[in-house]
Amino acid sequence: MKALSQRRRHPLTAVALLLMGLLLTGGLYAVASGANEAKAQTSTFSAEDIAEGEKLFIANCATCHGMEAGGTETGPSLVGVGAAAVHFQVGTGRMPLQMQGPQAMEKPAQFNEEETRQMAAYVASLGPGPAIPSEEALDTSDADVAHGGELFRVNCAMCHNAAAAGGALTQGKFAPALSGVSDAHAYEAMVTGPQNMPVFNDATLPPEGKQDILAFLNYIDDNKSPGGAALGSLGPVSEGLFLWIAGLGVIIAFTIWLTSRSS
Amino acid sequence: MARRNDGSPNTPDRVGTDGHAEVERFHDPGLPPHRPRLADKDPRAAKRAEKQVAILFLISIVGTILFFVGYFAIEIDEPGSSDLRLQNLLLGLGTAFAMFGIGIGIVHWAKTLMPDHEVVESRKPVTKESERAEAEQILGDIIEETGIKRRPLIRNTMLVAMILAPFPAIAIFRDLGPLPGDVLRHTMWDEGVRLTLDPTGTPIRASDVTIGSAVHVIPEGLNEAEHKLEEKAKAVVLLMRLNPEDLSPSEGREDWGYEGIVAYSKICTHVGCPVALYEQQTHHLLCPCHQSTFDLTQECKVIFGPAVRPLPQLPITVDAEGYLVAQSDFTEPVGPSFWERG
Repeated sequence: MKALSQRRRHPLTAVALLLMGLLLTGGLYAVASGANEAKAQTSTFSAEDIAEGEKLFIANCATCHGMEAGGTETGPSLVGVGAAAVHFQVGTGRMPLQMQGPQAMEKPAQFNEEETRQMAAYVASLGPGPAIPSEEALDTSDADVAHGGELFRVNCAMCHNAAAAGGALTQGKFAPALSGVSDAHAYEAMVTGPQNMPVFNDATLPPEGKQDILAFLNYIDDNKSPGGAALGSLGPVSEGLFLWIAGLGVIIAFTIWLTSRSS
Repeated sequence: MARRNDGSPNTPDRVGTDGHAEVERFHDPGLPPHRPRLADKDPRAAKRAEKQVAILFLISIVGTILFFVGYFAIEIDEPGSSDLRLQNLLLGLGTAFAMFGIGIGIVHWAKTLMPDHEVVESRKPVTKESERAEAEQILGDIIEETGIKRRPLIRNTMLVAMILAPFPAIAIFRDLGPLPGDVLRHTMWDEGVRLTLDPTGTPIRASDVTIGSAVHVIPEGLNEAEHKLEEKAKAVVLLMRLNPEDLSPSEGREDWGYEGIVAYSKICTHVGCPVALYEQQTHHLLCPCHQSTFDLTQECKVIFGPAVRPLPQLPITVDAEGYLVAQSDFTEPVGPSFWERG
């Protein structure tokens, strides 16, 4: 300490202090503003993955998305959508698109996990975007299910239904039911906002919140409605239909029985 | 001028009287012949019906037992366990069978075993004038015996008491008030109030809202507000970010957003459901209750459905620290129409 204080009048002190200050501010800024950019990692993919992915991309996707994934009239540009978007769209079978329509439909995946990752590697190499979530990001072992439920009702339930049974949007579009969707795909949907779903980035919905939501989805998947038959959890539509047909039917049958003569 | 047929039965030149000269008299058909039931004729059928009724009452007894088995024998260790489903099932089925067995049993008993002979009850003869006078006499006697005419003190105090008695009921109606005044025209938003995340209340930076995001927003301090739910019902806002060129703000509203970030009231102008179904590609906002659709690129103009007014926009900007803040309160009342809205 004494040696340091003796050198405080050294001609280079000011420069050293300035350098230290700049490093500190820059480091703090990088930490503070890193919430949205932290996902842009492409390093986990090898050059070989990217090369294989490019081949698959040119053979299967370039018709609509263009040779350099820059987009055409029939498909959007994929520069900057990130590996997570590819993993979600191809992994759930939504891409390659079967036909143009209100929205891409879920169907059996056309590529295996490795091919999907290779295509994701190629798209991620085109520009920074959300990465495929890691094992730790999907770890829901110490997540708060109740908080996840609250976040789900605020952010997701208006389209996906309070019981995650899905719901209708405009002109043939719909929010799908979330039962049976894998944690990785649900997480990727939140960070990439596929099709008409808004983006829920890590700044407005922190990763812990996303884990809580995944835990809530798994919980309601495992624990069915405590009231018995949920009738698809569709609310007044299915419940009303059941009451009108079964309930009124029973009432009419009893009325006929009540007024008929005994044989 | 030709004679008009006024349609009365005495008009001599009516047509269509052919064959109707003799009006058929209506004959009382009487009661249909009594048909004995199976249980009336055959003692074995009666015995069978008796057993059926007893079985129905037994079903009711079993239902009640089922209810108590479900209520006492099933212990729920943790909420949400499958035992809860079983318990609810037993409680519901038990109660249903307990009621169902008694109801059906009684009806079946009455229909098969209780006497079913028809009874004719003749109409009573019209009351005689003398009997009516007798009833008047009784009423007059009662009034005379109460002495209400001779004792004005009793009569007057009773009248006052009867007039006053309904007033407490009217006083209770006061509790429906006071009139809302201007609370429907104002929300918690004000100049410099930060936009925060629902439900945590974390302030939002402009850089946090990426293009395509939809963020559910409450005003800063809502979670500590005295009437939290009342305030939330008016102040909830949906924050979205579009490419700035997709927005076409009208004159005077150019600076209500910030670099493509816009904030709109989440309360539908039709009947007040939360409009939060945001389609980030079409930039449409859909109300789940009656399918009113608002176009974000046209300042939330109604493009479909029963709503008649666009969603009110909250003017926002950023403060010195980069957080999103409101420029002012909404410039018009949020939510559905009300009588004094004008």
